[in-house]
Amino acid sequence: MARSTQPSFGTGKLMRAALYAVLILFAVYYLLPLFVMLVNSVKTLDEIRGGNMMSLPEVFTIEPWLNAWSRAQIGVEPTGLSPYFINSIMMVVPAVAISTALGAMNGYVLTKWRFPGDKIIFGLMLFACFIPFQIVLIPMARVLGMIGIAGTTSGLVLVHVVYGLGFTTLFFRNYYAAFPDELIKAAKMDGAGFWRTFTRILLPSSGPIIVVTVIWQFTNIWNDFLFGASFADFDSMPMTVALNNLVSSSTGVKEYNVHFAGAVLAALPTLIVYVVSGRYFVRGLMAGAVKG
Amino acid sequence: MSFLQIDKVCKSFGPINVLRDISLDVEEGGFLVLVGPSGCGKSTLLNTIAGLEKLTTGEIRIDGNVIDDLPPAERNIAMVFQSYALYPNMNVGQNIAFGLEMRGMPKGERDAKVAEAAKTLQIEHLLDRKPGQLSGGQRQRVAMGRALVRNPQLFLFDEPLSNLDAKLRVDMRTEIKRMHQTFGTTIVYVTHDQIEAMTLGTRIAVLKDGVVQQYGTPAEIYNDPTNLFVADFMGSPAMNLIPATVRGNGVEMARADEDPLVLGFDQLPGDVAAYEGQEVIVGIRPEAITDADSRAAMRAGQQVTASCKIDVVEPAGADIYAITALGGKEVVTRLHQDWFGQANQHTELVFNLEKVVFFDPQSGVRLR
Amino acid sequence: MQPSLPGKAQATLREVLPRLVLSPSLFLILLFVYGFIIYTGYLSLTDSRMLPSYDLEGFGNYANLWGQRNWLVALQNLAIFGILYIAICSVLGLVLAILLDQKIRGEGILRPIYLYPMALSFIVTGTAWKWFLDPGLGLENTMHLWGWESFTFNWIKDRDMAIYTVVIAAVWQSSGFVMAMFLAGLRGIDSEIMKAAQMDGASRWSLYTRIVIPQLRPVFLSAFVVLAHLAIKAYDLVIALTNGGPGRATELPATFMYSYTFTRNQMGVGASSAVIMLAMIASIIVPYLYSELRERR
Repeated sequence: MARSTQPSFGTGKLMRAALYAVLILFAVYYLLPLFVMLVNSVKTLDEIRGGNMMSLPEVFTIEPWLNAWSRAQIGVEPTGLSPYFINSIMMVVPAVAISTALGAMNGYVLTKWRFPGDKIIFGLMLFACFIPFQIVLIPMARVLGMIGIAGTTSGLVLVHVVYGLGFTTLFFRNYYAAFPDELIKAAKMDGAGFWRTFTRILLPSSGPIIVVTVIWQFTNIWNDFLFGASFADFDSMPMTVALNNLVSSSTGVKEYNVHFAGAVLAALPTLIVYVVSGRYFVRGLMAGAVKG
Repeated sequence: MSFLQIDKVCKSFGPINVLRDISLDVEEGGFLVLVGPSGCGKSTLLNTIAGLEKLTTGEIRIDGNVIDDLPPAERNIAMVFQSYALYPNMNVGQNIAFGLEMRGMPKGERDAKVAEAAKTLQIEHLLDRKPGQLSGGQRQRVAMGRALVRNPQLFLFDEPLSNLDAKLRVDMRTEIKRMHQTFGTTIVYVTHDQIEAMTLGTRIAVLKDGVVQQYGTPAEIYNDPTNLFVADFMGSPAMNLIPATVRGNGVEMARADEDPLVLGFDQLPGDVAAYEGQEVIVGIRPEAITDADSRAAMRAGQQVTASCKIDVVEPAGADIYAITALGGKEVVTRLHQDWFGQANQHTELVFNLEKVVFFDPQSGVRLR
Repeated sequence: MQPSLPGKAQATLREVLPRLVLSPSLFLILLFVYGFIIYTGYLSLTDSRMLPSYDLEGFGNYANLWGQRNWLVALQNLAIFGILYIAICSVLGLVLAILLDQKIRGEGILRPIYLYPMALSFIVTGTAWKWFLDPGLGLENTMHLWGWESFTFNWIKDRDMAIYTVVIAAVWQSSGFVMAMFLAGLRGIDSEIMKAAQMDGASRWSLYTRIVIPQLRPVFLSAFVVLAHLAIKAYDLVIALTNGGPGRATELPATFMYSYTFTRNQMGVGASSAVIMLAMIASIIVPYLYSELRERR
């Protein structure tokens, strides 16, 4: 984002200080829940019960993290969250790869190989981004059963590919729309056909939009709960569903420190992506918000 | 037989006719310029020659062979685009070689060809750079190199100079002309700039609304326009187009606060005589109205001298443009650089009647 | 491409190849989105209970739905949640964006801090806020320990106030994103207009209220559309934060649909609630997309 472009008014030092105070206060507001989760994930359960959620741990313990990862009881077996973390990865990687690849080709066709009716097709895909998924839950469950992938990771991959297509197509279409048509014409004159124009001319210049799309898809699919809760069975349950089961299970003592460690574990992959490539994350949000 | 034949070509997008019945012939080694205002169909015509767009009816032949159904790559045509369309992810060498690579030429041969083209265009030192690192003129050269290296039977240029600044544009214009003289390849060149059209073309086609208004040599287009549109479009400053009334063998042009100016001819063209008492448009180029000192420069012929009031004086270095008013229009005259008159004074102007042309005011058709 | 193909066939293949490439995606969308919408629409007119049934029974499910107290509660909650969520996010986002646009040192640190909640799962957000708002463990307890004995904040346990805790958590998650949208909008305003307004003697207040904010209209619209559709779809957050409770006090259409379809064996009613959710979103999205796509050529 460019530096502020607006002219500066003469401002008093006091105003300036108040401005910074307000901004920092908001920073605290946004950071507080994360801080609380982190701090309390390394406290003992006794200290949490008896103490202040804001205070730093008196006794630092990594035990809740180990518990959350490999010992906590989710369902019947005390497996911890690790198998579900793996499930999520097994689901996210192919779903992101397939939906991004399809989106890239769709965007290419919709901008550079236009044909009558292409705008209607794009409109249909775009609207699909916004449907409330409740409208597809019932038939989806039936279809997954019919093709024999109900309750499997493959089933979830299919679901996420289908309902991510609209966004990936939108991203690539908008990116390729700004890609000069003359380059495509030049490639045609040079003898490159449909595929070679794509692989040799467009794809090598698509780095930024691929990053944006992959981050967007990764974040959305990793964070999904509804599809996981609806279509996964115990062996394919993704991380978010497992976390919710852990946190809201009513049996036994509530181990808050383990819950927090689990929550941070579930948030970690997307947080890391955000920290490493926040710029692209924001660009994806914008592209998803400002259509056309 | 002509080398490139465009035969009754029509192109429509839905209900809109972009090209209407266009027929043009170019001899081998010719330089055809398609010129016209934006939206006249010149770029569409170029794209149909390239194969980037399909024509609706008609035929295009190169060297006698119909090429309508061939894809662009199989037409043996190269094109230089307005934006140059250099592939941003490849360096200059790869850009030039890409077309050869797509045709399956082995790498060794490709490299030799690229080196040769780079040498011709003096861009050898740029081969490893990316297009983003090049200046406008360098990009233009690379784009020409990419076209040259394939040794095509026809070159297409789509407004290649319009993205350059004024000085570079003149340099590159010369460069293109030199390239044409050196290689003798047939060229079709699209521009909206009539000076480019005049300087480059061996043949010019003036287009408007998808119709060829006039097709001829630069001299024909300039001196002998077939209608008001061509007369007005070609030439800078533009031809003066003055409403006048036919009286006998003369034409009478109204002036404010003065008697009308009468240009008396020995013999008006036959068509004009029929307009006796009616209005015609008199077309006369600025250089055909001049001061007494410049008279010698005119070829001897029918002249009329008259005193006219000069409203504005615009010195342009080599010449002075002085503006007067006739028939309710501003009329530009081109005077000798040593002329010392001033605005709001009268001066003797010499009209070269040999160069005067007439048009019907309604239809715009030339009267001969 | 095979050279053996005759020229005509090759030309035809070239013609249809782009459409061929698009067709798998189009097929998926047509089947899994539009086909499913039709299927669910059909189910909503049948007497489906635990399993889909194909016996039409007209609009009985819709009549049933509007007679359900839970559904009316869900709609009322959606109205409260939606209006507050959109309004607070917009105002907060705009204010933060304007404050951040004052040549702030450290903007590069503050911006990502405001925005990071958007990268989290609603489940994580819900888990964190559930605890933070828990009177016995979270904020209230902390205030008591800090000596503010009379402080009470037990909305999450209060049937009348619980829906507002959903608003709090949702605003926390999304307001940074709205801030980023407004900031991009602010940076897109021609700085010469700002200079001109200053030359005209505009105060800072009138600069923003008269010149800047009116120019951000498209951003308001985009923010509204994004937030409104998030609000209607809101499901995970409620599940993690209150699980619809206390009682059914924080029921939303999305949770209503899920529980009627999958746990209460009233699939027909669930389907009809889904259709109504789709209708709500479509009434916002379709005009928006239509105008957005129209503007371009």
